[in-house]
Amino acid sequence: METKTDTEQKVLPDKGAENNKEVVIKIEHLKKSFGSNEVLSDITVDLHKGENLVVLGRSGQGKSVAIKCIVGLLYQDSGELTVFDQDVKSLNETELKELRMRVGFLFQSGALYDSMTVRENLEFPLTRVKKMDKKDELDALVNEVLEGVGLPDAIDKMPSDLSGGQKKRIGLARTLILKPEIMLYDEPTTGLDPITSREISELILQMQKKYQTSSIIITHDLECAKITGDRLVVMNDGKFIAEGTYEELENSKDELVKSFFIKK
Amino acid sequence: MEQEAKFSWSSIFEEAGNQVGFMGSFVRNMFRGGFEGNELIRQCYNIGYKSFSLTAITGLILGMVMTLQSIPTMKQFGAVSFVPAMVSISVIREIGPVIIALICSGKIASSIGAELGSMKVTEQIDAMEVSGANPIQYLVVTRIIACTFMIPLLTLMADALALLGGYIGANLGGHISLLLYFNKAIASLQFSDIFPATIKTIFFGFAIGFIGCYKGYNSNRGTESVGVAANSAVVNASLWIIVLDGIAVQLTSIFAYS
Ligand SMILES: Nc1ncnc2c1ncn2[C@@H]1O[C@H](COP(=O)(O)OP(=O)(O)OP(=O)(O)O)[C@@H](O)[C@H]1O
Ligand SMILES: [Mg+2]
Repeated sequence: METKTDTEQKVLPDKGAENNKEVVIKIEHLKKSFGSNEVLSDITVDLHKGENLVVLGRSGQGKSVAIKCIVGLLYQDSGELTVFDQDVKSLNETELKELRMRVGFLFQSGALYDSMTVRENLEFPLTRVKKMDKKDELDALVNEVLEGVGLPDAIDKMPSDLSGGQKKRIGLARTLILKPEIMLYDEPTTGLDPITSREISELILQMQKKYQTSSIIITHDLECAKITGDRLVVMNDGKFIAEGTYEELENSKDELVKSFFIKK
Repeated sequence: MEQEAKFSWSSIFEEAGNQVGFMGSFVRNMFRGGFEGNELIRQCYNIGYKSFSLTAITGLILGMVMTLQSIPTMKQFGAVSFVPAMVSISVIREIGPVIIALICSGKIASSIGAELGSMKVTEQIDAMEVSGANPIQYLVVTRIIACTFMIPLLTLMADALALLGGYIGANLGGHISLLLYFNKAIASLQFSDIFPATIKTIFFGFAIGFIGCYKGYNSNRGTESVGVAANSAVVNASLWIIVLDGIAVQLTSIFAYS
């Protein structure tokens, strides 16, 4: 993996600002409860094209629930949620499928198909969704993304033979292989060592630059937030309580916000 | 926990409604393009081949035991020569299909329930859905069709072995030639014995696949629900087999034996 990104990183916020007008995900007053458990109470946020939005928040605050609503795995109880100007809740099966092809989702658990090898895992979306069937094209793509996540040797392993962090990287590779326009990363670096974490963060940044991907990145990892985030939001009690760049939030007056940035 | 919901009529109707809905999406996805042929073959292998020895042994012993058990009683009536016919008719009409289906519901419905349940819990099914692939088509349609194919085949194979087992049983008591035994056993069989029984096993196979998939695919969050899915798949599939068998007997006695 190339690591010359440190200098280029500073250019990015301007790039985001350039495209500031185009909103790819628009969320307004989103509410979601499970029975009596109110998880999201009032979420409002926009994601702009080419932007990396980092979501910080304590465990169990409903971050995963929020991004699952974006791809229609869960439906909100009330509030607006549009992706590419389409109301997710009102899409039919085919429209939802088309939307999902444009949105990549990295599951917190990796969610590898454990009855398939790594190669089959990666080929699964290509052959099923993109309807690719040329062996050499598939191989080339699979190898390319595996290089990207730094695991070219894992290609014929079963998921059960991989470590937790390796699974996560394969999960990431499986999502990136479709080159989605929007990426939703659910804790991409949790459980990884610092070096791999940084590599993954830089990979996220590369995706943004190379393909103009717009991303929502849920993380607890401050370094990842710092490297990848153009804009950060802090989630608490089902609401976003603060928004700004890394530096702005780091120097926030709010106790709760500040407490996220205390380094151990 | 939600899974231990109290008995209530509304929950029964809700469950029935969900099953009908699941059936609907199975049918819709079966006739949609992009059929998963390779996966179907893999599932047929998994479901059929891997249950082969279990059903084979069951069939063989079933025939043998039935023969051995009925010889003393039949002797009292001086009707030992009817034993092969009696065993073959009862095995092929009733006992073979039901026993094999019940055994397969223990082996296959539970493993489908557990497999899909754990895929659900570990978000693999969600991941498939989110990537734009069709999990019903890939996971559910293939398994249900594979069961619907393989259970009848397994049953026919077990029936044949039961007849062989009957021969072995008859030979343990006294000598009877293989040819004579099979002549007697098969001469007593009619098309109306084999055909309805095979149709019945198609439904049994469907029930096993369908209930296994339904329970697994709709299991709750949390690892304990994998066990719940496997367990309730077996219980429900077995129940369905008994109920379907009751219906099949009524229908065949109206249409086939009259
Ligand atoms: N499908 C569901 N059904 C019922 N409750 C759910 C469901 N999904 C999530 N929840 C509940 O919603 C709450 C928030 O869960 P969520 O997974 O979004 O947290 P999170 O912010 O992602 O936490 P973490 O950082 O630990 O991943 C939890 O209390 C969880 O039990
Ligand atoms: Mg989460």
